[in-house]
Amino acid sequence: MSTRRAERLVNLVICLLATRHYLSAEQIRRAVPGYEPDDGTDRAKEAFKRMFERDKAELREIGVPLETGRTSAFDDEDGYRIARDAYELPPISLAADEAAAVGLAARLWHSAALAGAAEGALHKLRAAGVSLDEHVAVPLEPRLDSGEPAFGACFAAATERRELRFDYQRPDGSDPTARRIHPWGVVARRGRWYVAGYDLGRSAPRAFRLSRFAGRPKAVGPAGAFERPQDVDLVAMVASATPASEVIAQIRLRPGAAEGLRRTGKASPDDPDLIETPLYDLHSLADRVTSYGTDAVVEEPPALREAVIVRLQRLAAMSEAQGEVGSTP
Amino acid sequence: MSASADRVPRLLALIPYLQVHPDIEISSAAADFGVSPDELREDLSLLWMCGLPGHGPGDLIDLSFDDDHVAVTFDAGMSRPLRLTTHEAVALIVALRTLAATPGLIEQEAVSRALAKIEEAAGAQAQAAAAVTVAIDGQDARLVVLRRALTAGQAVQLTYYSAGRDARTERVVDPMRLLLVDGHWYLEAWCRRAEGVRMFRLDRIEELVALDEPSRPPPDVAPRDISGGLFLPSAEDVQVRIRLLPWARWVADYYPCESVVEDGEGLLVTLRSSETTWVRRLVAGLGGAALVLYPRELAEQIAEDARMALAAYDAPMGG
Repeated sequence: MSTRRAERLVNLVICLLATRHYLSAEQIRRAVPGYEPDDGTDRAKEAFKRMFERDKAELREIGVPLETGRTSAFDDEDGYRIARDAYELPPISLAADEAAAVGLAARLWHSAALAGAAEGALHKLRAAGVSLDEHVAVPLEPRLDSGEPAFGACFAAATERRELRFDYQRPDGSDPTARRIHPWGVVARRGRWYVAGYDLGRSAPRAFRLSRFAGRPKAVGPAGAFERPQDVDLVAMVASATPASEVIAQIRLRPGAAEGLRRTGKASPDDPDLIETPLYDLHSLADRVTSYGTDAVVEEPPALREAVIVRLQRLAAMSEAQGEVGSTP
Repeated sequence: MSASADRVPRLLALIPYLQVHPDIEISSAAADFGVSPDELREDLSLLWMCGLPGHGPGDLIDLSFDDDHVAVTFDAGMSRPLRLTTHEAVALIVALRTLAATPGLIEQEAVSRALAKIEEAAGAQAQAAAAVTVAIDGQDARLVVLRRALTAGQAVQLTYYSAGRDARTERVVDPMRLLLVDGHWYLEAWCRRAEGVRMFRLDRIEELVALDEPSRPPPDVAPRDISGGLFLPSAEDVQVRIRLLPWARWVADYYPCESVVEDGEGLLVTLRSSETTWVRRLVAGLGGAALVLYPRELAEQIAEDARMALAAYDAPMGG
């Protein structure tokens, strides 16, 4: 943004904060320096109109509450003003331990979108007189997000309550399918981001992992297109995206090996090398078992055996199938 | 964060900021806004040109400078900062709610008080925070033990399961820092056994005892810079090139890669690892959705492992 435009925007805010009456575009043009002066030509009129439209959009974008309306019935067009109480941050003061909590909270975000927003919030709190220089006594480096590209679009659609469309990749390698949802919210669980909402194509609540989006999600249609259910538990929706299962898988382990599978499964009472684990998601358990190679062999159920065999066959073919496998990087 | 996009919000916050910090040093103000002193001076000279309609001498914002200190003498009505935007409110509120759900970390009561005040100041914008939820494993007793050990400066003894090597070991470590990355808590500590700084994931610490001896990491070791990721590969590590088919593309987002290139059939990624066992397990766990292109021996090893495993199933080699 040019210095001239930044200066004009600050002057515009000062002007609209100072007025109690709505000012017409023409009055603003005369009061705020930097707008194309009126020389009677259509060109100058057009240039001013475009400039003013862009400035209004910019101010709304950064959260300035521009009001439009008419001061009296004799006004023949809408005017603009900024109500001081809608503009100003209400008084706030934080005790030292509260300020430390806010300072730590702002450091939780890592992605540009949220870290930038947290930083912006701190600037405003400091400008309101809050002292945020307190340090937490314990060395902590917490981070909640790692920057999922689809996050911004999903979050915006959920807060504006707009329909969201995207292509979703199933983990089994099939082609992505087009989805349309009413997004209720975004959820981070175990380091993964999800969007949860009502799937319009399948007429049921569903949760989707953002890392499986193919391409960018798109918000379509007007804001306020749906109501978010009052009592919905988004975390529970994401947790049950892997539905509970009655099936118990049995996996035979090489003695002394596959510690990782032993940790999550339960050894069978009369055989410490046969572990049993509930089968929540066929594909993800097949992936895990395959990663242990000869150390882990599925005994039950047959579907899991098949899924592992298919994976092993693909892996076994890797060295021959790759004509281009080279010896230099 | 691009400097130009944030400039107007910063300009609007500056005048109220200077009023509650009278005669502040320009460099301190610049540090609070995350800009250089020169950038802040440019902001101040711009604001000096701004003011109420009329723009006569009594209408313009007035600043007084004294050496490297600055004060506001006329604010042209800019007495308070702008309200929080939706994103700003959400960023703080969701993070505070997450801290509130993580006992043992910082004083819970202070978090609740701070949360209530921020929610009140954010007003209607606070409602948008309902659209974002972060679930982390907050009920971890190990977190409380480690936080206490860090505060008291105690060494700890732990039994640790290492997923990379699929093995369980016992060690005495000198705690340095607690980290929360991608939903998992880690302890960064000097490991006396390995004589190096190591990251321990809390949910893989099986037994944990704070010892009656002081934590003494060597004076020359510093916490690692994790801005590029938790596990930074070193130049001596083995370089591995992998093609990721479409449904394994997520791997490029979750592990640090030296290069990521789109080719017709998927993503071509290069990564480094000190443990080829780890890469073998990663690729095998992708079940054919990732092809090792280099080193060739690694590709052959993985294929050979798979053939041996298939023999255990009495299944054909396929192809």
